[in-house]
Amino acid sequence: MSTIETAKPAEKKRDRYSAGVMEYRKMGYWQPDYEPKETDVIALFRVTPQDGVDPIEASAAVAGESSTATWTVVWTDRLTACDKYRAKCYRVDPVPNTPGSWFAYIAYDLDLFENGSIANLSASIIGNVFGFKPLKALRLEDMRLPVAYVKTFDGPATGIVVERERLDKFGRPLLGATVKPKLGLSGRNYGRVVYEALKGGLDFTKDDENINSQQFMHWRDRFLYCMEAVNKAQAATGEVKGTYLNITAGTMEDMYERAEFAKQLGSTIVMIDLVIGYTAIQSMAKWARRNDMILHLHRAGHSTYTRQKSHGVSFRVITKWMRLAGVDHIHAGTVVGKLEGDPYTTKGYYDLCREDFVPQNLAHGIFFDQPWASTRKLMPVASGGIHAGQMHQLIDLLGEDVVLQFGGGTIGHPMGIQAGAQANRVALEAMILARNEGRDILNEGPEILKAASRHCLPLRQALDTWKDVTFNYSSTDTPDFVPQVTAAE
Amino acid sequence: MRITQGAFSFLPDLTDEQIAKQIQYCINNGWAVNIEFTDDPHPRNTYWELWGLPMFDVKDAAGVMFELNECRKAYAGRHYIRVSAFDATHTWESVRLSFIVNRPENEPGFALERQEVDGRNIRYTTRPYAANQPEGARY
Repeated sequence: MSTIETAKPAEKKRDRYSAGVMEYRKMGYWQPDYEPKETDVIALFRVTPQDGVDPIEASAAVAGESSTATWTVVWTDRLTACDKYRAKCYRVDPVPNTPGSWFAYIAYDLDLFENGSIANLSASIIGNVFGFKPLKALRLEDMRLPVAYVKTFDGPATGIVVERERLDKFGRPLLGATVKPKLGLSGRNYGRVVYEALKGGLDFTKDDENINSQQFMHWRDRFLYCMEAVNKAQAATGEVKGTYLNITAGTMEDMYERAEFAKQLGSTIVMIDLVIGYTAIQSMAKWARRNDMILHLHRAGHSTYTRQKSHGVSFRVITKWMRLAGVDHIHAGTVVGKLEGDPYTTKGYYDLCREDFVPQNLAHGIFFDQPWASTRKLMPVASGGIHAGQMHQLIDLLGEDVVLQFGGGTIGHPMGIQAGAQANRVALEAMILARNEGRDILNEGPEILKAASRHCLPLRQALDTWKDVTFNYSSTDTPDFVPQVTAAE
Repeated sequence: MRITQGAFSFLPDLTDEQIAKQIQYCINNGWAVNIEFTDDPHPRNTYWELWGLPMFDVKDAAGVMFELNECRKAYAGRHYIRVSAFDATHTWESVRLSFIVNRPENEPGFALERQEVDGRNIRYTTRPYAANQPEGARY
């Protein structure tokens, strides 16, 4: 297949570029001695080659296909500084306890990527290569984004600190709820849920990912009624309140129109869905920055490619891309709720959202040190199947810079939505108070909640209603380097 | 009504012992504790009056409690008083915790004024009833 092995040394250079097909590892895409530069982008792939394909060759092929290579030798390479532009696979390790899969470390020169463009970065790194026939499966596990590249992005439009300053809410998680039922409410009825939840004690309510502008509720109706509800709740409590108005639409023009209307009505926050695409997300982040708007991202669609360990893109990579792209909120898992989320892996996502420097931590699935160079912090959102009785676990696992969203756990309260909201807020404040006093909330949590419920009937009812609800299933996406603990208690 | 700004407004009013524990938590984290007061509870009234400077060098909650009691002597009953803690750590450099420790005996709340404008748009104004009176004579 290759001509290089029989070539005389003096002819080596020419033969590298002789017409025909050559192993990727011999074209410069496998360089075991390569030391990644501080400015290189590094990608870690989980490579599962087809039977009989050598793992090094498969990994070199991934490097080739995600950078300069095509299936055959091209002489036009020689018109370029091709050594620089070739991605270099420099390390291939077997995946622990997973025969047939390999971790391939691949370094990319910074010049391969356009400044400030997730579209460009992802077109290279997860472009053609994921359909490459010699591979059974391929997963992008993690990326090291160098400071030099991080600095070409604006980062979150608002960030955790400024969001808290604007809302005047410090020292505790924010509380939210998604309006339910997701579909079918008229604008007028929808606003009722918003008003009750906000007046009862939540900071935010939220449109669901598929609430856009359907026949049962056009978007302008929803926005108008929701802002009536927000303002009325603000006056009733003396607190800043917000509702994530979903501006997701079929075209950018429609999204801008909806965003402008939300601004005109005085909303503090708008929301978009991940499915609108990286470029649309970056455009809306720029708009949010220009218009003092908090930008919430619902990760609709991500599980199609993040959940299975063998193939796709890890959510930790999506988290990194979204912090660069400039959203302010991202759904990042609850651990104890109804949606996928191993505790260690989820901690890794939360660190990537909130820390300025995230050190390598294989037990959390973090393969590289990741410097953020003062990029603003991204507020993680925990949503889906959580309730007040889990408050101690949620705060212990997720910390205080997080939005806890109790949708069913607010709206499904037996005494109504205000009571549900009040129960959540009392549980939250009691738990933060106790934590700050130095109490061991993880162990004393149920006791602390019980004590708080003595002065709050709605909390007592919430604890009774949901006391034993857990979603105790094994996670599919777990770290490779520790014993796996996935049970939620 | 009861305005619910701050971290602990949904709990029964904190006792001095509870307040001191929160203050000590802040001090132990290296944050500077600050006492502020106002008689304008509008949710976007960011700048409450300072009771002295943030106590950067006070290492014991008792010192802050002394200042709080001095502030109470001057303003309790007619003003809101809050305790805030500032964290100077790089990439935070803002408030970490803020909670109300005193409130006026009677809280009349807010009027919501609506101005109907073009289309179905409404311009909203939240106005504290107390703000009808001049500062210092509101409660």
